[in-house]
Amino acid sequence: MTTPEVAGLAPELAGAKEGQGEKPVLSAGERFTSYDVEAFEVPGGREENWRFTPLKRLRGLHDGSAALDGRAPVTVTAAEGVTVETVGRDDARIGEGGTPADRVAAQAWSAFTEATVVTFDGTPAPLTITIEGPGAGATAAGHLQLRTTPFAEATVVLEHRGSGVLADNLEVVLADSSRLTVVVTEEWADDAVHVTAQHLSVGRDATLKVVSVSLGGDLVRVSPTVTYRAPGGDVELVGLGYADAGQHLEQRLLVDHAVPHCKSNVLYKNALQGRAGTTDAHTVWIGDVLIQAAAENTETFEFNRNLVLTEHARADSVPNLEIETGEIVSAGHASATGRFDDEQLFYLQSRGIPQDQARRLVVRAFFGEILQRIPTHGPGGLPDLRERLEAAIEAELAVTGV
Amino acid sequence: MSTLEIKDLHASVSTDDGPKPILRGVDLTVKAGETHAIMGPNGSGKSTLAYAIAGHPKYEITSGQVLLDGEDVLGMTVDERARAGLFLAMQYPVEVPGVSMANFLRSAATAIRGEAPKLRTWVKEVKGAMSDLGISEEFADRSVNEGFSGGEKKRHEVLQLALLNPKIAILDETDSGLDVDALRVVSEGVNRYRSPENGILLITHYTRILQHITPDFVHVFAGGRVVESGGPELADDLEKNGYERFVREAAAAS
Repeated sequence: MTTPEVAGLAPELAGAKEGQGEKPVLSAGERFTSYDVEAFEVPGGREENWRFTPLKRLRGLHDGSAALDGRAPVTVTAAEGVTVETVGRDDARIGEGGTPADRVAAQAWSAFTEATVVTFDGTPAPLTITIEGPGAGATAAGHLQLRTTPFAEATVVLEHRGSGVLADNLEVVLADSSRLTVVVTEEWADDAVHVTAQHLSVGRDATLKVVSVSLGGDLVRVSPTVTYRAPGGDVELVGLGYADAGQHLEQRLLVDHAVPHCKSNVLYKNALQGRAGTTDAHTVWIGDVLIQAAAENTETFEFNRNLVLTEHARADSVPNLEIETGEIVSAGHASATGRFDDEQLFYLQSRGIPQDQARRLVVRAFFGEILQRIPTHGPGGLPDLRERLEAAIEAELAVTGV
Repeated sequence: MSTLEIKDLHASVSTDDGPKPILRGVDLTVKAGETHAIMGPNGSGKSTLAYAIAGHPKYEITSGQVLLDGEDVLGMTVDERARAGLFLAMQYPVEVPGVSMANFLRSAATAIRGEAPKLRTWVKEVKGAMSDLGISEEFADRSVNEGFSGGEKKRHEVLQLALLNPKIAILDETDSGLDVDALRVVSEGVNRYRSPENGILLITHYTRILQHITPDFVHVFAGGRVVESGGPELADDLEKNGYERFVREAAAAS
């Protein structure tokens, strides 16, 4: 290799630019972006950006063969402090959150016909937005933007349900000194495919918390990118995924610290449970954190933990931390994949705890750390949601017969 | 009044080269109120006996019987055995990352007692039992056995013994790896558990724990079975003369 090695170079970003070939780029910050699908080459599956994703199961989202003529309805009701607009592609605000960095995101961007823009002002009550899949066999492109006004404080739940194939972009644009908590749930039917890019743009002294919960779907690939427009931004990204037999759940994060005095804290946990005789349960977690030369006094930590409950499961985890300045408060990254093994099961059972309960105990405890980040009290509290998600996880456990 | 009967128990461990017989006809009866010490050299099968009774999947029972109050233990799952009143304090307690000690203890107590203990009295009970064993409160929030020292793990095994109050407790080398103070604390915990209703099977390689926990019966284990039984004086004999005689005899017999 003739390209010089750079400490912390994100390997999966190698070749992110220039047709997504195998030529490495020097930095995650150099990643290629475009609104135009044709600016990206059709991925063949060997590119770092795509090598974990089973392209055959993307239903043509990556190669232009998906018709994208379905509709994925967005249901949201305006309320006090919440403005809901349906806008065309030419709305000036579209694109403020960021630019697609892979072909499917660009495909969705090139294909959507109307976007939903939801603006939070003041301190509105928690809001739920539901995105329904286009239906079995159908494909759709979507676009949603969430934005805050300065000093707004809001909580929003974004639920994905139903069948079909959806490629979309979610823009989250935080105005200065605003605070937003977003809970994104992927509660798809078994057939669904969802490939989504999240463009998270954080203003001065703004605080963003995103809790991602991936449970359903055949293939769900979520790519959040965090950018800070000004100093003082504080971002927490936490997520959980529960991959059953045959399911592919992928999370690809880039936190781009380009300005000083910003914080990021990333914690993702996945549990996997496969079954003999079918495709492996598969989770992929790519966590890139880039601290650019200008980003002094950055404070960042990222952690991915995977719990492999059975055979026939595969967890890929690639944390990357790329630091271009030494003038930072702290930076750390870690990844750990563990197995729930026979010895643990024996130990718990030897204390009287039945096998199914033992497994549940372990899974519940594992995910508890994420679910407890969902606020249940106070003005932005979601008292029912955590309970509902706990129940959904229990249901997953029941379905897979443990 | 409970009784654990082990009758002509044979067991094998599964290895890469196929099953390997370890237990070769164990006969032993432990009644409530009695403390039995099983002593033997390394590799004699003492721990296998403990794990076989508890139902570890690695060991296959090839013949024989284990009865608890006449009930067939070997037909029960691991958790059923525990709920029937058997407890195994393990030599190497297993780490269960993510599950807090507090959550684990409550789940176990709920399973063993058949109902969730009332929260207020439970918290008091746990705190009291922890304090008895010199375990600081912060352990309640830590993951089960994760990052515990050897001594801390053993204390927590005895903590579970105290809270679950089984009919018959099997203590597998609970003394190993303990310093003098920890040995005393752990022994005191075991002695608190001792009662006319409870039986103990204490497995050990060394006699030093028997200075703290006086057994009613001592059995020498060699070659996968009990080769000699006696009172506490047998332990003194072993202390003086070692296991050599028994190892030789066992080797000659097999």
